[in-house]
Amino acid sequence: MRSFQSLNLVFAFLGGLILLFIIAPLVGLFLSSSPDSLISTINDEETVKSIGLTLWAAMAATVLSAFLAIPLSYLLARKNFWGHSLIMGIINLPIVIPHTAAGIALLGIVAGNSKSGKFLNQLGFDFIGNPEGIVLAMAFVSVPFLITAAKESFAAVPVKLEKAALTLGASPLRVFFTISLPLAWRGILSGLIMMFARGMSEFGAVVIIAYHPMITPILIYEKFGAFGLKYAQPVAAIFMIVTLIVFIILRIITNKKENVER
Amino acid sequence: MLNVEKISKSLGKFQLKDIEIEVGKDDYFVLLGPSGAGKSLTLEIIAGLQKPDSGKIFLNGLDITRESIQKRKIGIVFQNHALFPHFNVYENIAYPLNTQKIKHDKKKNIIYKLAEQLEIVPLLKRNVNSLSAGEKQRVALARVLTLKPHLLLLDEPLASLDVMLKSDIRTLLRKLNKAGQTIIHVTHDYEDAVTLANKIAIINNGIIEHCGTPQDIFLKPKSSFIAKLTGIKNFFPATIIVDDTNNTAIATISNNIKIKLAPTEYKTGKGWIIVRSEDIVIANEYYEFSSNNQLKGKIIEILNTVPGLEIIIDNGCKWAALITHESALRLQLYEGKEVWFSFKSVAVSFIPE
Repeated sequence: MRSFQSLNLVFAFLGGLILLFIIAPLVGLFLSSSPDSLISTINDEETVKSIGLTLWAAMAATVLSAFLAIPLSYLLARKNFWGHSLIMGIINLPIVIPHTAAGIALLGIVAGNSKSGKFLNQLGFDFIGNPEGIVLAMAFVSVPFLITAAKESFAAVPVKLEKAALTLGASPLRVFFTISLPLAWRGILSGLIMMFARGMSEFGAVVIIAYHPMITPILIYEKFGAFGLKYAQPVAAIFMIVTLIVFIILRIITNKKENVER
Repeated sequence: MLNVEKISKSLGKFQLKDIEIEVGKDDYFVLLGPSGAGKSLTLEIIAGLQKPDSGKIFLNGLDITRESIQKRKIGIVFQNHALFPHFNVYENIAYPLNTQKIKHDKKKNIIYKLAEQLEIVPLLKRNVNSLSAGEKQRVALARVLTLKPHLLLLDEPLASLDVMLKSDIRTLLRKLNKAGQTIIHVTHDYEDAVTLANKIAIINNGIIEHCGTPQDIFLKPKSSFIAKLTGIKNFFPATIIVDDTNNTAIATISNNIKIKLAPTEYKTGKGWIIVRSEDIVIANEYYEFSSNNQLKGKIIEILNTVPGLEIIIDNGCKWAALITHESALRLQLYEGKEVWFSFKSVAVSFIPE
């Protein structure tokens, strides 16, 4: 019993160190920004616009990807086809490759001098230096989080429930929308939030495709490069507050939904 | 009604081979077999959830082998009920009706009528996760009955229920069957088969080993497997020697124990002998009974069972005798006591190898 308590103390100490490692820089960020600089940053039109653009682009990337990613996740969860593992590996590629490399890879596809870029231009899409490009880059690097979470959630829905629904006269599409999707929804929602979060914080891929208009991570980098740490810190602090508020709201909504479902 | 003709299906290493089932209108058909025998797979093939590799299924004369699940008019109640956890009881029962264009009032009417029949009206607004196993079973039955299925398939419907609830649900199933519902019931429990079925098929390793009435199956089991499955305890490998001139048949089981049989239909050879527990009589002393088999042994265990006490006697082989509490009390039986036990030669069945 005593050795067990000692072990707990050692683990608590080690855990405390890692928590300190996460919290210290974030708290330091606030402490190093004066209230005046924070207020003037809130009133700075460029910062406000960039935060708005970041939130909008991350949301657009998440919603648009969801339409394609959720059906794929369902297939991956339910069917064991040839190449299944290969597809799972490909899906996780954007997470493991450096994000600047991801941006370069994307640029090769959408740049106006490539064949595919020309084709996209003819269809009316111009991703370079446009909000559409930001959405594309954010989606590319963050969609694996949604696919993985949704796949796991679909896999956790008992196949027997789907079979029961089929024998009760429902079409496969109806089974998907009335049984599989509602039962997997909690996990999918977590995946959507993770994707949104990852999209919002993206820098590497976006900076290659669309330096302008500036999303907040690029604005922070710009301020740091052009004016130094003191000018970058308040923007970073405000962006952190905004992301925290957004996530607290999303978590509250998700938890409320979970409580209602229980 | 339902004719399953030579259905085969390979699923990984498991193979369902040439399954033949014939179920008539109003039949209560029980498919009895151990876990992994292919019972549930057979049901899923009949329901259309699995496609057979070969063979055909006819329902009311129509070939439904390739018919879609939704059009088969076959309802299935899965083991563990498969109720939708995000719907309440009412919504679960309404689910099949939502796929049809039925007016709200009519839908409500159908649901309440079924709920009354299955005695679940007070549960209609309840969350399905808060129901007992017996209540869940009733709800699952109500839900499938909204389809008015020609054929109702039940996958181990009594497996997760306690004794009291089992009896309730058995009564309910019997009632449904008497009201004209044709049922195929899959189980590993021979008691379900005895109490409910008018036809039984025994399935083992993907093969139907025996099909017939409960009398056929339980009184004349065709194989050692069936005898074991149907709860026969006194079941021993034996060598039988039939002497036609003296009109005797003697089986030798382990420990060189000789058992006399009625010789009529047997031939010399190897196989198994069966003696039902209820056919064994216990006595404290040797008596000159008419029974041809009188043996002595030591009581090694006394077990409580629903009909009485099961006395396990060891004489080199372990025999089970079923007696009432009253008899056990009168004979003052206890573990370790030496007793005589006897059974008639006609009570011994022989299954050739």
